[in-house]
Amino acid sequence: MRAESSNITSKLNPRLVLRKRIGALAYTVFVLSIAVGLAGLLVLLTQVLLQGLPWVSWHFLTDYPSRFPEIAGMRSAIFGSIWIMGLTFIFTVPVGVGAAIYLEEYAPKNWFTRIIEINISNLAGVPSIVYGLLGLALFVEILQMGRIIVAGALTMSLLVMPIVIIASREAIKAVPQTYREASYGLGATKFQTVKEIVVPHATPGIMTGTILAMSRAIGEAAPMVAISALVYITFSPSSPLDQFTVMPIQIFNWVADPRPGFRGLAAAGIIILLVILLTMNTVAIYVRNKTQKRSEE
Amino acid sequence: MRLTQNRRKGSLVGSLAYWLFAACAILSIVTTFGIVVSLLSQSLGFFKEIPIWDFLFGTNWSPILKDAEGNRHYGVLPLVAGTILVATIAAAVAIPIGLAIAIFLAEYAHDKVRKTIKPVLEVLAGIPTVVYGYFALTFVTPQLQKIPLKIFQEDLLVFNALSAGLVMGLMIIPMVSSLSEDAMMAVPRSLRYAAYALGATRLEVARKVVVPAAFSGIVASFILGFSRAIGETMLVTIAAGATPRFTFNPLESIQAMTAYIVQLALGEAPHGSLEYNTIFAVGLLLFFMTLGMNVAGHFLVRRFREEY
Repeated sequence: MRAESSNITSKLNPRLVLRKRIGALAYTVFVLSIAVGLAGLLVLLTQVLLQGLPWVSWHFLTDYPSRFPEIAGMRSAIFGSIWIMGLTFIFTVPVGVGAAIYLEEYAPKNWFTRIIEINISNLAGVPSIVYGLLGLALFVEILQMGRIIVAGALTMSLLVMPIVIIASREAIKAVPQTYREASYGLGATKFQTVKEIVVPHATPGIMTGTILAMSRAIGEAAPMVAISALVYITFSPSSPLDQFTVMPIQIFNWVADPRPGFRGLAAAGIIILLVILLTMNTVAIYVRNKTQKRSEE
Repeated sequence: MRLTQNRRKGSLVGSLAYWLFAACAILSIVTTFGIVVSLLSQSLGFFKEIPIWDFLFGTNWSPILKDAEGNRHYGVLPLVAGTILVATIAAAVAIPIGLAIAIFLAEYAHDKVRKTIKPVLEVLAGIPTVVYGYFALTFVTPQLQKIPLKIFQEDLLVFNALSAGLVMGLMIIPMVSSLSEDAMMAVPRSLRYAAYALGATRLEVARKVVVPAAFSGIVASFILGFSRAIGETMLVTIAAGATPRFTFNPLESIQAMTAYIVQLALGEAPHGSLEYNTIFAVGLLLFFMTLGMNVAGHFLVRRFREEY
C-alpha cells in the first residue's frame, strides 16, 4: 500500500525523492553546525580546566602576583575587580534606569527621542577599546585624575550603560498599562506612578539586565588596559583613588608570559573568572524565572 | 488648602524628576560627543604633523621603531589589513555556521530543543575575550601547527591571523545566529503555510521563502558580527601578533588596529608625543569604521521590522 502510494507520488513528481534527499542532507548540515558551535565551547572549557585546575588553590586567591609561578596569586586583581564592579554598579544603575524611565514614560515621540534611541543602540556597538581611549583622554588626561580606580569605573560605566538602558526599557515596557491607569485613577501623579508602580514592578527585569551588564564589565580587559596600564601591582587598593589592576588584565599578563608555568596561572585565573561569571548568570536567570512565575499567578 | 499645597509640591518634585530622567537620557548623546571630541582633540596634534592622506593610504606602519634611514612611518594600512584579515576569517566561520544554526532553530527545532540550545550557544557570547585569546594561543595554534599547512611555502607562526580569526569566528557565531533567527521568526507563518500547501519541502520553505523574506535582517546580522570582529581587542592582541604588515597571508603574524592601541597603551611612550597620539588617530579610524557598519546594520534591522 505504502509502496504503491509512493510509487504514485514519484510518478506525479519524479524529483520529489531527490528534493527530499537534499532536504535530509541540509538537515544534517544544520545539525552539524550546531555541533561545531557546542564542540568549540566544550573544547575551550576542557582546555581551560585541564591546564588551570592544578594551579587553583587557596593561596592563588590570597597571594599577590610574583615572578615565581608557584607562589603567584591574583589578590590585587580580585580586589581591583571588586572595586571597579562596585563603583560601576553605583554609577550605572541610577543613570541607566533614569534614562530608561525617561524614554519609556516621559519622552515625546519626536525626532530628538529617535536620535537618543539610535544613539544608544550605536553606543552598544562601539568597540570597548574606544571607550578605553575616551576614558584615557577624558578622565586621565583632561580631568587629570590619573590612572586610578574611579577613572576606570567611570569608563566602565559608560561602556555598560547602553546594556542597562536597553534592559531597563524592556522591563519597564513589560509593566502592564492597566497598572498605570489604576494608579492615575486613584489620583496619583505621573511621578508617583513611576516611583510606586512602574519601577517596583520593573525591578526584577532591571536587576537581570544589570547583572548581565556587570558580567560584561568584569570580563572586559581592553578599556581597563588603556586606563590602568600598570600591570604588575602587588598591593590591594584601599581607596577609589588608588591605582589598580583587574582580573582580565592579570590573566592577559600571564598569557603573554612565555616562561613555563604562567600559562597555567592564566588558565587558573580564567577558571576563577568563569566561576564568578557563572554565578552571576545563574542569579540573573533565577531572578528572571522567579518573576515569570509571579506574573503567571 | 492642604490638598493644593501637596499638589504643588508634587508637581515640583515631579518636574525635578522629569529633568533628572531627561538628563540621564541626554548623557548618552554626551557620551557619543565625548568619544568623537576626545579622539579628535587628541589626534589633532598627530594630523598636524602627518598629513591625513599619508596616514590613511600609507602602507608602512612603524611609528615606534626607526627604519635603516632613521625615518618613522605612519601609514595605517598594515593595521587595517590585519584587522580586515582576521575579521574576514572570522566571518567565513561565523556566517555559514551562524546562518545554519539560525535556520535550524527557526525552521526545524521544537520549542524545547530551541530553548535548550539557544542559552548554551549564548554562553559563547558571554565568555570574556581574554579567554578566547588564551584558547587561540595555547590550543588552536598548536593544533594547527600539527597540520602541514604549507600554502605559501612557510610554516604557521606562533602568532598568526588564522587561529585568531577562527576563534573569533566561534565567538561571534551566537551574534549572527540569534540576530538571524530573530529575523526569521518574524516572518509571518502564513507565508510558510502557503509554501507548504504548494508542496514545498522544509528546506525549500526555508531557502526560498523564509530566508528571502528575512534577508535584510540576516544581512544586518552579518554586518553587526563583522563590526564586532573589527572592534575585538584582546583576542587579536594575544593571538595574532604585534607585527604590522601589509599582507593578507593568514599564516603570518600581523597586528590589528586594536592590538596596536593596547601595545602602545602598555608601552612607555611619553604622553603628548607623536607616537602616543597615534593611538587616538587609530582609535578614531576604528570608531568611524564600526560606526558606519553599525548604522547600516541597525538601519537594515529597522527596515525589515517595518515590513510586517
